[in-house]
Amino acid sequence: MKPISHVAGRAIPFGRKNVDTDVIIPAHWLKTITREGLGKGAFEAVKKEEGNVFENPEFSGAPILIAGDNFGCGSSREHAAWALLDMGITSVIAPSFSDIFSGNAFKNGILTVALPQEAIDRLMEVAQTDPIDIDLETQTVTTRFQDRYSFEIDPFRKHCLLGGLDEVGLTMAQGDAIAAHEAKARDALPFLAKTPATA
Amino acid sequence: MLREKARRFPLNCGSGAPNRAFTMTTKPRTLYQKIWDAHVVDTRDDGTSLIYIDRHLVHEVTSPQAFESLRVAGRPVRRPDLTLAVPDHNLPTTARKDAEGRVLPITDPESAQQLAALKRNAPEFGVRYIDATDAEQGIVHVVGPEQGFSLPGATIVCGDSHTACHGGIGALAFGIGTSEVEHVLATQTLLLKQSKSFEVRVDGRLGAGVTPKDVILHIIGVIGTAGGTGYVIEFRGNVFEEMSVEGRLTVCNMAIEGGARAGLIAPDETTIAYVEGRPYAPKGEDWDKAVAWWNSLATDVGATFDKTVSIRAEDIQPTVTWGTSPEDTSAIGGVVPAPEDFADASKRDAVKVSLDYMGLTPGTKLTEVEVQNVFIGSCTNSRIEDIRAAAAVLKGRHKADNVKWAIVVPGSGLVKAQAEAEGLDKIIVEAGLEWREPGCSACLAMNPDKVPAGERCASTSNRNFTGRQGPGSRTHLMSPAMAAAAAVTGRLTDVRELVG
Repeated sequence: MKPISHVAGRAIPFGRKNVDTDVIIPAHWLKTITREGLGKGAFEAVKKEEGNVFENPEFSGAPILIAGDNFGCGSSREHAAWALLDMGITSVIAPSFSDIFSGNAFKNGILTVALPQEAIDRLMEVAQTDPIDIDLETQTVTTRFQDRYSFEIDPFRKHCLLGGLDEVGLTMAQGDAIAAHEAKARDALPFLAKTPATA
Repeated sequence: MLREKARRFPLNCGSGAPNRAFTMTTKPRTLYQKIWDAHVVDTRDDGTSLIYIDRHLVHEVTSPQAFESLRVAGRPVRRPDLTLAVPDHNLPTTARKDAEGRVLPITDPESAQQLAALKRNAPEFGVRYIDATDAEQGIVHVVGPEQGFSLPGATIVCGDSHTACHGGIGALAFGIGTSEVEHVLATQTLLLKQSKSFEVRVDGRLGAGVTPKDVILHIIGVIGTAGGTGYVIEFRGNVFEEMSVEGRLTVCNMAIEGGARAGLIAPDETTIAYVEGRPYAPKGEDWDKAVAWWNSLATDVGATFDKTVSIRAEDIQPTVTWGTSPEDTSAIGGVVPAPEDFADASKRDAVKVSLDYMGLTPGTKLTEVEVQNVFIGSCTNSRIEDIRAAAAVLKGRHKADNVKWAIVVPGSGLVKAQAEAEGLDKIIVEAGLEWREPGCSACLAMNPDKVPAGERCASTSNRNFTGRQGPGSRTHLMSPAMAAAAAVTGRLTDVRELVG
């Protein structure tokens, strides 16, 4: 995972609410066995709509996406996060995110920034003409018009994003605690701690 | 309730942080809290916990990149014995073997590649694997409970959001992304923050023709697709207590469509009777210990929830969706709504877009909406009770001429065999519907079963998203009985008109 501390540049003013993962990346793109190349399929149906923001060359390669409430609802497909990354998007700003998507985004070094709808409305306006600046260290979103919004982020996630840390490796370092739990469970909850050998 | 909790535990209110006071004292706990407490390996200062995972289901779509990462890092699967791999999403539901018993190849090269990757990865990492041609193969969320692999009180994950399903047997079960699949394979744990608790009560008597699917569609209509975001839902009330385990699996399956990562129903005698004797279920002394523990899991009297919604069972009608979000529900007796019917401005815009996509005019009676396709199947509704409910409507009837494509897809090979033993396949075929091999099928457009652009499908699946059943497809979600009724009349239909 690449460390991330600062995202600055144009933001795609998408703004739509309840953007589900089937919209971000339709199922027929999920047949891949790698993580790359999914940007081509991202927002496939939206890209067919006349005058959609994704075909506006001004936003090509923009690192930020602005969306409405409940972004990333629906399936658990991490392909949604991979598709955004492949498009060059490393941060999404929205009033709220689905739980699974926000976890997937985090694990791929995508910064999800939750801001109130008023802030989203203002940033949508700015995004039409100007870049937006997101600083993870100070947890702020700013524009050249003196807009300044603070956002909350889980401290552990912030630590991992800033350091580009591999969560699997971090947890494997806790192998003893996991083994201790397994030993305890073999006693207390033996029926969960194993599956019958005969099955 | 919130305020009361805040007074007692000012430091932890709302943070979702596990409170040692909860575990050390006799403070009443919810079912969710009890399962959570039994699985905490470690808790950090920021309230994140390392949670032990008891059962991990793996399928071909969300696992290849996870296995690949393990291979690259030289990491083994920590507990292959607690992991079960089954292919389901990509499989065609047509015959898998020819007349001579030779296995037929998968024609789509990308699907074949993903299926082959799972077949290769599972033995390489020592993971148990059920093959596409095995009698036990099926949709992971049908196979897990059916095999007794999914157990009450267990933590269960799978790289699929409908893992919420297994909450129907009282397991804490939720979908995860591929990075988390890798994390569980390598460590048998997940880093989680405890969710808030959400009680959804349905009390009273369900009317004739009202099934578990109608109950959950109605609930999602009430709470919205984001109503459960950040929460784990516990479904409570006499309606769920009286429901079969299969019905409970249907309800919890769609908790995710209400935004909740997991749905739960307390294990009871019905659950225990369901689990007993299944291949992976505990045996002998372990079984007795298990039953004793399961009987202690129900939410304690006096335990509080962060949020509660109560619904009268009598208010629930046979329900269908009209739009492109699972919250777009209506009783079958209703009409297509107009954007102006909605107070929220962005919802009005969304409704406008979705009615346009669905090709529906506000004010049209739902029972006048014609369907060209019918799909009975998916992890929501493909168990034996679902097939029976569909067959009961189809018996002695025939599909309408305007219905071009109608398929019934059992959730597993064992469901298929059971249905055939009961003669249900014959009823289905005589009614002009196709009887298929198990898999995810037309729930999502990943295998050959797709709904053509611009056409409607009466579907027992769980998502009516834009393009979900194929580019341009128009999905109406409903119960198996309602989908069977739509097949017979060729339009959305109140099943109560066919079956008195």
